[in-house]
Amino acid sequence: MAYIELNQVSKRFGQVTAVDRLDLHIAQGECVAMLGPSGCGKTTTLRMVAGFDDLDEGEIRVGDKLLSSKSEKFYLPPEQRNFGMVFQAFAVWPHLSVFENVAFPLRVRKLPKAEIISRTEQALKHTNLLSAARASPDDLSGGGKQRVALARALAIRPDVMLLDEPLSSLDPHFREEMRFEIKDLQRRFGFSILYVTHDQSEAMALSDRILVMKAGVVQQIGTPLEVYGAPANRFVFEFIGLSCFLHAGLTPSGMQIAGTAYPWPNGMPPPPEILAAGTGVLAARPTEVDFVSEGGIRGVVMRKAYLGEIIDYRIKVGETELRVQKTRRVAGPAVSESCGLSFVRPQWYPVG
Amino acid sequence: MGHRAALRFGTPELLFSLSVALLVIVVAVPMLLIFFNAFWVDGHFNVADVIKVLQHPETYKALLNSLILSVGVTITGTIVGTFFAWLVTRTDLPFKKTMKLLFLVPFMLPAFIGALAWKMLLSPRAGYINRFFMDVLGFDGPVFNIYSYAGIILVETMYLFPFVFIQVSGALERMDPTLEESARISGADLFTITRKITIPLVMPSILSGALLIMLYSMAHFGTVAVLGVETGIYNIPTLIYEKIHQSAGSFASIRTATVLATVLVITAALILWLQNRILSKGRYQIIAGKSFRPAELKLRGLRIPLLVLCIAYIGFTIVLPTATIFMVGGLKTYGLQFTAENMTWVNYKHILFEWDLTRDAIWNSISLGLSAALITMFAGVIISYVIVKMRVRGKGILEFLGMLPFSVPGSVIALGVILAWSGKFGINLYNTVWIILIAYIARYMAFSLKANSAALEQVHDSLVEAARASGATMAQALRDIVVPLVRPGMVAAFFLIFLPALRELTVSVLLYGPTTRTIGVAIYTLNEDGETVYSAALAGIALIIIVLGEVLIKRLVSGKNSA
Repeated sequence: MAYIELNQVSKRFGQVTAVDRLDLHIAQGECVAMLGPSGCGKTTTLRMVAGFDDLDEGEIRVGDKLLSSKSEKFYLPPEQRNFGMVFQAFAVWPHLSVFENVAFPLRVRKLPKAEIISRTEQALKHTNLLSAARASPDDLSGGGKQRVALARALAIRPDVMLLDEPLSSLDPHFREEMRFEIKDLQRRFGFSILYVTHDQSEAMALSDRILVMKAGVVQQIGTPLEVYGAPANRFVFEFIGLSCFLHAGLTPSGMQIAGTAYPWPNGMPPPPEILAAGTGVLAARPTEVDFVSEGGIRGVVMRKAYLGEIIDYRIKVGETELRVQKTRRVAGPAVSESCGLSFVRPQWYPVG
Repeated sequence: MGHRAALRFGTPELLFSLSVALLVIVVAVPMLLIFFNAFWVDGHFNVADVIKVLQHPETYKALLNSLILSVGVTITGTIVGTFFAWLVTRTDLPFKKTMKLLFLVPFMLPAFIGALAWKMLLSPRAGYINRFFMDVLGFDGPVFNIYSYAGIILVETMYLFPFVFIQVSGALERMDPTLEESARISGADLFTITRKITIPLVMPSILSGALLIMLYSMAHFGTVAVLGVETGIYNIPTLIYEKIHQSAGSFASIRTATVLATVLVITAALILWLQNRILSKGRYQIIAGKSFRPAELKLRGLRIPLLVLCIAYIGFTIVLPTATIFMVGGLKTYGLQFTAENMTWVNYKHILFEWDLTRDAIWNSISLGLSAALITMFAGVIISYVIVKMRVRGKGILEFLGMLPFSVPGSVIALGVILAWSGKFGINLYNTVWIILIAYIARYMAFSLKANSAALEQVHDSLVEAARASGATMAQALRDIVVPLVRPGMVAAFFLIFLPALRELTVSVLLYGPTTRTIGVAIYTLNEDGETVYSAALAGIALIIIVLGEVLIKRLVSGKNSA
C-alpha cells in the first residue's frame, strides 16, 4: 500500500514548469531515489514534500494525512509535517553543540527533559557520535557534520526521511561509508526515504526504486535493475551508466549502418513503430558489445586505453565513434585494425 | 645571516627604509608625543598627575558624556540597523532593493551637516518645527529640544546606523538558508527560528557593527560640536578642541588634551580588539552554496504600514534635513519664512564666486583631498608591497604603524601633529596647509593600505616569477605585471581617501589657520559665528560635490568591473 502519495503534482516558477504532473507512490519502509540532471525538478519535488514550497496543482499525502492540496486549498507548513530531513550543506547549527543540535527538534516539541536526553543520546549512539556530544560541530569533519544532521533527523523518530543530496559534499571514501550507514539505519527504524541525488551509483546502491526526471517530467520509475537494464527511453539509457548509440536505416528485412546492410543485431528487430519510421537508434552498454571475427558491424579501432582490469576501445563505425569495454582477458583488436562488433543486448529507440 | 643581511642594501631594503621613515614621521612621532606629553611632567614619569587631570570635573564630565552618548547611539543605532536589515532581507517588503540602497545614503552624508539641519529644525526657540508647533498650533513650548543628550543621540543614530545595517544585512543574505530550513523541518515555527537560530547566528555581525558605531560615536566631533557645546555638553573630541583653541597653547590645557587623547586611543584600541575577537572567534561558517532563497516572512497586513515607516524614516532622516539645508541656504536672512519673496540665489553666488573665505575653503578641501589621496595612494602601494610581498624582517612594525591610525580618532591625530610640527623640532607648520596635509596622510594611510594589500594579495607570486623567467628584470616585472594588476586597488584607495577628505571636519578644525579653512571648517565656523544662511549654503554646495563624487566613483568602479 502506498504510504507517501504524490498525485499529479505540478510546480511552476513564472513561465517555467519545474515539475509537471508528477505521480509517485512510495510504500512504507521503501527507499526511492530521484535522479536527474540539475534543474530537472527533483529538488523542487523534495521541497514540496517537505513543505518549503507549495504546489500549483495536485496533492501530496502521507498515510491518511493530507499535506498539500491544490483542490482543497490546503497546505501544512514544514514544521508540522514531522519529517526528518538531511541537507547537502549539512545545515548543522554552529552556535550549538552536537548534543544541542540533535536535541533541538525534541526541545521544540517540548518533550519532558528526561526523554529529550535519552532520545538524543540514542540518536547519537546510532550515529556513533556519543563521544562528540559536547563538541562544536565546527570541529567535526564533513562526514561528522552529516552524521549530526542524520542524528537530528532520527531524533524525532520520523516515518519519512527526506535526503537532499546528503553525500555530495563529502569526500569519496566517506560517501560510501555514509551510504551504508543510512541503509543500516533505515533497516533498523523502518522509515521511508525520498532521496535526491545526481549520482547514479548512489541511487543504485541505496534505493529500492529509482525515479528518473528530465525537465520536470518523469522519464521512468523502476527498480535499479529495470532502469539500468531496460531504460524507458534514450535519455534514461544515456543518463544511467555508459552507453553507445548507432543511427541505423531500417527496412523490413534488416538495417543499414554507414552505407552497409546488416541483419538484425542478435536477431532482434526493432518494435514495429520504430521500424515504420524507417530510421532508429541502436543502443548498447559498452560492456555488452562483443568482438566477432566473422560478420558483425564493421568498425576500425581508433584508440585503446588500459584502465586496469578493463580495456576501453574507441571504435569508429562510419562517422560515429563507439565505446566498447572488455576485460583484459578478452583478446581484442589492435589500434587501426578493423573489427566486427556484435550487439549482445541491443535496445531500439526512435530517432530524436 | 644577520651580518649578510646588514651588508646587502638593495631595492627591498631601500623601499623598506623609506616606508618605515614615512610612517615613523607621520604616524609614530605624533603618537609618541601625545603619550609623552600626557605622562611626562617636569622631567619624570607621572601617573598621579594624569589621574588628577582625569578627576577634574571638566574632563571627568567629558569622559562621562562620551560614554553616555556613544552607548546611547550604539543601542539605538543597533536596534534601527538590525531591524531595517532584517526588513529588507527577510520579509516581502515592497521595493526592498531600492530601500536597501536608500538606507546606505546616510553613510555618505557628513553627520555635522545633518546636525546643522536639525539645529535649524529643532533648536528650542528658532527651530522651524518648534516654531510651527508654537506659532501655528499654539503649543506653549518647543516640542523637542535638539540641544540635549537625546537630540545628539538621535542625530548620530541617523548617520551611524548603516554600520550595523551593512554588517547584518550582509550576514543575513549570505547565510545558508538550509540552516533555517532544517530548524523548520525540526518542528520550529518562524518565531522560534528567529530567536534560537537566526539571531544567534548573526549575533557576531550585530556586535561587530555595534562596536563600530561605538568607536565612531566616541570619537565623533561634529554633531556634539554643533548641538552639544551650546548647552555645555562636551565629549572628549570637543573638549580637546576647546582646550587647544581657547587656551592658546598653555601647558595645562595641552596636557589635559593629551590625557583625553590617551583615553580615547586606549578606548578605541579596546573596542577594535574586542571587535577583532568577535569576528575571528565568533564568526560562524554560515555561508554555503545552495541557491534557494531563504523563506520570506509574509508581512501581510503590515506590508504597507512598514513600507510607509521606511519611507517616513528616509524622508525624515535624509530628505528633510537635506531640503532644509538647501532652503535655508537660499534665505535672505535666517529666520524668515520659506516664501518666494524671501528666497534668493545671491547666497550661493556669493559663496562660490565672491567671498574669499568660502572660495578658499572649497579650493583648500579639493587640493588637500587630491594631494592627500595621491600621496597616500602611492605610498600605500609601496608599503603594502613591502608588507605583502617582501621577505624583510620587521615588516610587522610597518603593518602596525600603517594600521594604527585606523584605531586613532581624528582629533588625536590632529593633536599629535600639532605637538610634532609646531616648532618643537625646528619646523613650524602650524597655520599652514602642510600641517593639515600631514595629518590627512596619517589619518588615511590605513585606508590605502587596506585597499592596496587586498589588491596585491590577488597577485600571485608566480605571476612575477613567470615574468622574471621570461627575462624581465624586477623593475620591468613590477611595471608591466604588478602595477597594472593592482591599479583597481589604487583607484579604490584614491577615492576612499579623496571623498572623506572633502567633507572632513574633525582633523582640520584643530589645525586650520586664517587662510587654511577646509569646507568642513568653513561650514562649522560660519555657523558658530551666526552666519547660518551662508553656512547652510556652503553645506548645500558641499553636499552636491559629495554626491557627484560618489556617483562618479560608482560609475568608474562599475565600468571597471564590466570591462
